[in-house]
Amino acid sequence: MLNSSTQCEMTSGGFCFDNARRNAVLEAELSEKGYKAPKARKTGTTIAGMVFKDGVILGADTRATDDMVVADKNCMKIHYIAPNIYCCGAGVAADAEILTQMMSSNIELHSLSTGRPPLVVTVTRQIKQKLFRYQGHIGSSLIVGGVDVDGPQLYSIFPHGSYDKLPFLTMGSGAAAAVSVFEDRFKAKMELEEAKQLVRDAITAGIFCDLGSGSNVDLCVITEKGVDYLRGYDRPSQKGQREGSYRYKLGTTPVLTKTVTPLTLDVVEESIKTMDTQ
Amino acid sequence: SCDFYVSPARRSSGFRATTIMAVEFDGGVVIGADSRTTTGAYIANRVTDKLTPIHDRIFCCRSGSAADTQAIADAVSYQLGFHSIELDEPPLVQTAANLFKQMCYRYREELMAGIIVAGWDKRRGGQVYTVPMGGMLVRQPVSVGGSGSSYIYGFIDSKYKSGMTKEECLRFTADALALAMERDGSSGGVVRLAAITESGLERSVILGNQLPTFFSA
Repeated sequence: MLNSSTQCEMTSGGFCFDNARRNAVLEAELSEKGYKAPKARKTGTTIAGMVFKDGVILGADTRATDDMVVADKNCMKIHYIAPNIYCCGAGVAADAEILTQMMSSNIELHSLSTGRPPLVVTVTRQIKQKLFRYQGHIGSSLIVGGVDVDGPQLYSIFPHGSYDKLPFLTMGSGAAAAVSVFEDRFKAKMELEEAKQLVRDAITAGIFCDLGSGSNVDLCVITEKGVDYLRGYDRPSQKGQREGSYRYKLGTTPVLTKTVTPLTLDVVEESIKTMDTQ
Repeated sequence: SCDFYVSPARRSSGFRATTIMAVEFDGGVVIGADSRTTTGAYIANRVTDKLTPIHDRIFCCRSGSAADTQAIADAVSYQLGFHSIELDEPPLVQTAANLFKQMCYRYREELMAGIIVAGWDKRRGGQVYTVPMGGMLVRQPVSVGGSGSSYIYGFIDSKYKSGMTKEECLRFTADALALAMERDGSSGGVVRLAAITESGLERSVILGNQLPTFFSA
């Protein structure tokens, strides 16, 4: 039951590992010549979540890194799953993105089928069973948070498929920095503004103390009444003002001599290529 | 006994090195575990619940890979629940233990799971079965598992006596786990205990500052 590597699953879209063998061969050939194969882009992230009096608050930074270069300064790491359930993703950006989209689609169909609003446990179970089936090859760590009939809940899911249910959670490369803020100031049943400030501070700790995290803080507040997606809630790292100017005034370099040599050119061939400017 | 070989691939996420324990007494069982889940040197969850219900009177204690043991426990709960409905009777602890063994043995190369199955049933009363990595199944009156178990075999062997009451078993388990948590870096947090008898289930938690204390250098 656990070892279901069914071929029929592959043909219906979703993840496709057909190129895995080719990639392995290429990587071996390249390493012989001294080159390294390109790596999948990991987000290098700080994501966090906490349960407060009326619901759940999810937070994330907005930097996506490609090794040591920032690939996206303002990406969205808090993904929509259902009207009352959102999910933060860390790890490989593509895996987190596609996984959450697939889950969102499945959950909507499931919800229509049951005739009830979706439960956070359902989302968690479906995600963890899929991740376990792929034995960690889908490299995404997630924090799933939402409010349903059982109340506000928060789950973390690791790439190999293990999950934990906790009142506050952090994941990603900046997890250690963020969790220290939570361990210091978290209390059960906090008020909304205090809780938002705490999550903001936790993400900010990740932004400043982790190289893989940066840019802005996104928050997502989920309560029974609805969702408040605060994109760019805080921008702790603004671009600095350049102090000096390096433009040279016209005439800085004096002209000593000027010689003009006309070049006689004949038109040999003329061709017109139209550009498609639609 | 068989302690684990750790493959580097497994260490990346939600790996759990642990201390788990189960003791039989006349009328039921007492089970206990620490509460630490580590990924490398970082503690991912310091209040983990490693005592997982499989059925009303049957629990399992999980050690090894968190992902593997959660998946196995879910699969066995499903199978056992189905079996119990077919039987129209509460299932036997031996049945649950055998389901664990079948799964752990068949997929022994792929899994890293050391499980202790414990519970109460009408036929044989309180029972403890251990299914270590590799998929062996054996019934024992007292069983310990996880990385922290190595440090308390001596304590168990010297302090265990048959015919203990439920309270004595609870104290024995708490003492053993506290000693293991003191010595094993991968075990810690709080001690979670559960006593399973015919009449039901009693769960308790011993917080860090309330743990039994022993000599420390």
